[in-house]
Amino acid sequence: MSSNYNGVFKQIMVLISALVGALLVGALFLLLAKSDPVKAYGVMFSGPFSDKFGITETLVRAVPLLLVGLGIVISFRSGIINIGAEGQILAGAIGATAVATSLPDLPAVMLLPLVFLAGATCGGLWGGIAGWLKARLSVNEILSTVMLNQIALQIYLFLIRGPLIDPKEVSYGTGVPQTALIPEHIWLSKLIPGTRIHSGLIFALLLAVLVYVFLWKTSSGYRMRAVGAGPEAARYAGIRVEWYLVLAMALAGGMAGLAGVVEVAGVHHRSLEGLSAGYGFSGIVAALFGRLHPLGTIPASVLFGALLVGADMMQRAVNIPAAMIMVIQGLVVLFVVSSDYFLQNPDFGARIKAKLFGEKADGEGGK
Amino acid sequence: MGEKIEHLEMRGITKRFPGVLSNNKVNIQLKTGEVLAILGENGAGKTTLMNILYGLYQPDAGKILLNGKSVRINSPSEAIELGIGMVHQHFMLVPTLTVCENVILGLSKNFFMDLKTAAKRIKEITDTYGLAINPDAYVWQLSVGEQQRVEIVKALYRGANLLILDEPTAVLTPQEANDLIQLLKNMSEKGNSIILISHKLNEVMAVSDRVTVLRDGEVCADVNTRETSQEELARLMVGRDMAPCRREGAFSPGKPVLELQDVFARGDKGTDALAGVSLRIREGEILGIAGVSGNGQKELAEVIAGLRKTSRGKIVLNGKESTQMSPSRIIEQGLGYIPEDRIHVGTIPSFSIWENLILKDHHQPPFTKHFLLQNRTIMSHSSSQVEKYGIKTPTLETPTGRLSGGNIQRVVLAREITRKPVALVAAYPTRGLDIGATEYLHSKLLEARSNGIGVLLISEDLEELTNVCDRIAVLYEGRIMKVIPVEEADERILGLLMAGIAEEAQVQA
Repeated sequence: MSSNYNGVFKQIMVLISALVGALLVGALFLLLAKSDPVKAYGVMFSGPFSDKFGITETLVRAVPLLLVGLGIVISFRSGIINIGAEGQILAGAIGATAVATSLPDLPAVMLLPLVFLAGATCGGLWGGIAGWLKARLSVNEILSTVMLNQIALQIYLFLIRGPLIDPKEVSYGTGVPQTALIPEHIWLSKLIPGTRIHSGLIFALLLAVLVYVFLWKTSSGYRMRAVGAGPEAARYAGIRVEWYLVLAMALAGGMAGLAGVVEVAGVHHRSLEGLSAGYGFSGIVAALFGRLHPLGTIPASVLFGALLVGADMMQRAVNIPAAMIMVIQGLVVLFVVSSDYFLQNPDFGARIKAKLFGEKADGEGGK
Repeated sequence: MGEKIEHLEMRGITKRFPGVLSNNKVNIQLKTGEVLAILGENGAGKTTLMNILYGLYQPDAGKILLNGKSVRINSPSEAIELGIGMVHQHFMLVPTLTVCENVILGLSKNFFMDLKTAAKRIKEITDTYGLAINPDAYVWQLSVGEQQRVEIVKALYRGANLLILDEPTAVLTPQEANDLIQLLKNMSEKGNSIILISHKLNEVMAVSDRVTVLRDGEVCADVNTRETSQEELARLMVGRDMAPCRREGAFSPGKPVLELQDVFARGDKGTDALAGVSLRIREGEILGIAGVSGNGQKELAEVIAGLRKTSRGKIVLNGKESTQMSPSRIIEQGLGYIPEDRIHVGTIPSFSIWENLILKDHHQPPFTKHFLLQNRTIMSHSSSQVEKYGIKTPTLETPTGRLSGGNIQRVVLAREITRKPVALVAAYPTRGLDIGATEYLHSKLLEARSNGIGVLLISEDLEELTNVCDRIAVLYEGRIMKVIPVEEADERILGLLMAGIAEEAQVQA
């Protein structure tokens, strides 16, 4: 709740400082990799915004990041930490593909909602497992979601190599592990012809507004935030904490599942290897960078989409591994999470100043 | 450890928080062997001042002089190095560690901890001052009173010779409070200095040498204890004359609203915390539960609220059996509950005032229609509550955790009473509150009584119990020792019952 602009401005400044800090440390790694950080960052930041291709590609990446990020916002706000979006994306993607390829003759008005529903349900169930384990058996959700990622990945690979493999791959004998194309009439329409940007962007933006309304304007959203912010008080007020933990994980999984659907219906038009592409983890970063606010996650997703595209371009221009972007992302997480400390301890700045310049107490420690 | 503190002075301390001037040019002084009481209502700035001395906050202006030298205290560890120890109002203990581990937490310079030597030293300290505490017990198993003793041991163990105690007796029985006062006297005689934050005037009179009174962040008096009186201090602190709140009007209870029949329940330690409790609370009556904390009070309140399962027995609320009901059904059935932990159970600290005011009714009309929160209704409801219950807050959006203890309790009280409960359970509702807030709470409980609500008041403050209750039940080791009408209850008999001595009390009665 933004009660005063001063606070929001301060938050933005702290976030920007965190980003700059992460990039400065990242520059050290670039130097270690024997490349010119100025040139590398130059390409990375100008590339995504310099032409139509860069901009649209940034948005293409931003869509799954935003969807995953929205799920992260819901789960973190409800006090449960979801590291399982990678698996939930795959569950959503394969569920959507299976429905789409097995009912190719349904008209788009029926098939498309059905595909979205299937993807959200599969992702939601996959996330719900971790929620249920936490609520019923107090299994740490960080462990269970990470493990469920592995299980989802292996099941997914099995399905696209075996039962769901494209019959053409079998008959041609090429055997590329991917499913058949989904029917063309449910491909998400292109927003700009000749690019990959699709109508999934609009869907994700609408969903961000919906999540905001849900969390802050509805009684269920209130309950979920109450469970996250004060589980004991929530229980005291008669809220069924366990049930809302499961629901939060199911919704988070559903959002990630939708990211999978959008990748299938909007970008790849089938399920194939490497579909989740790390969005499940980058989405967490985007959500944290967006201060766990659905609307804040929108610009954060675009920013991280740009970082991903910029990294690809940087790789080509200055010949350094794109994995570098993973390093920078990791640094951003560390810096953003640390920056919370500055926001919550206004005294901290004063104390640093005192440490550096002020006179010190006599019995000062450290023998 | 630094040199011994012979003289402490805080000069011109000013501290500003967003929207509040918490300390305004505050001066205090303290010599070795002296007990200084800092008196003031909640929000007067006592705790802020002490947090500055303990290095938790930095003052915006002013300085701290130790033995005449200006010092800068940047953190609690620096304060401890200087010989300043603090026992907070809200304990700073790790529940999953033992007493011994908590005491030496952060002290060990070696990789391996020498728990045996530590336990021995703890035993020396506890023996010297008569603080009964088992070094091997886990902190989560301890009652609030016992946890406080751990905090005191912790400060002593660190060699503090200036001890700050923030509302120390608020959680103790009368006997324990007397012991603590004796302990504080011993300590000051042995050359330690003590700063006591309190609003209990009789204690301040009993133990302190000097009193500094704070009001609205400023020092309004600095007097020698011998030259003042309770009445004068009360007037200085509140800024007007005070009269204690007392039960008035005839005692004419109606039909029973809450009944417990032979109720058993397990505590966190796995043993029977409640071992056959039977009680009956009627309309328009206040039943007090006296007892040393840790004798089943917490479990009693939780069992009634449905937050803890009974292992045997039956609870009837408003004419229906509620033993197996969910917490939300029990709320619907008409139970109001002011929990012991008002900060983390009674409210959600990061939630705003308005969000906390609708904690129990957020899902019902008029606050929610078609799943949507009705902002305008909620806001007008909240601002009228803030006004009616005198909740001091900058805005309705302010997180409740930023309010003082008394104001947080007003939020809880406003919510629970406005819901028009049939029965109201209040667990230690005035613990840590100042005179003004306590008086207000008592008046509201009495108002509830005259509106026909059956109130169960759990408290350790015998004065409070005898002032507002109609009957008093004494809880000892999970059993009701006796239920006595307030006219027959005096401090001595209650004290004996609280110590588990039933027969003697009966003989005396």
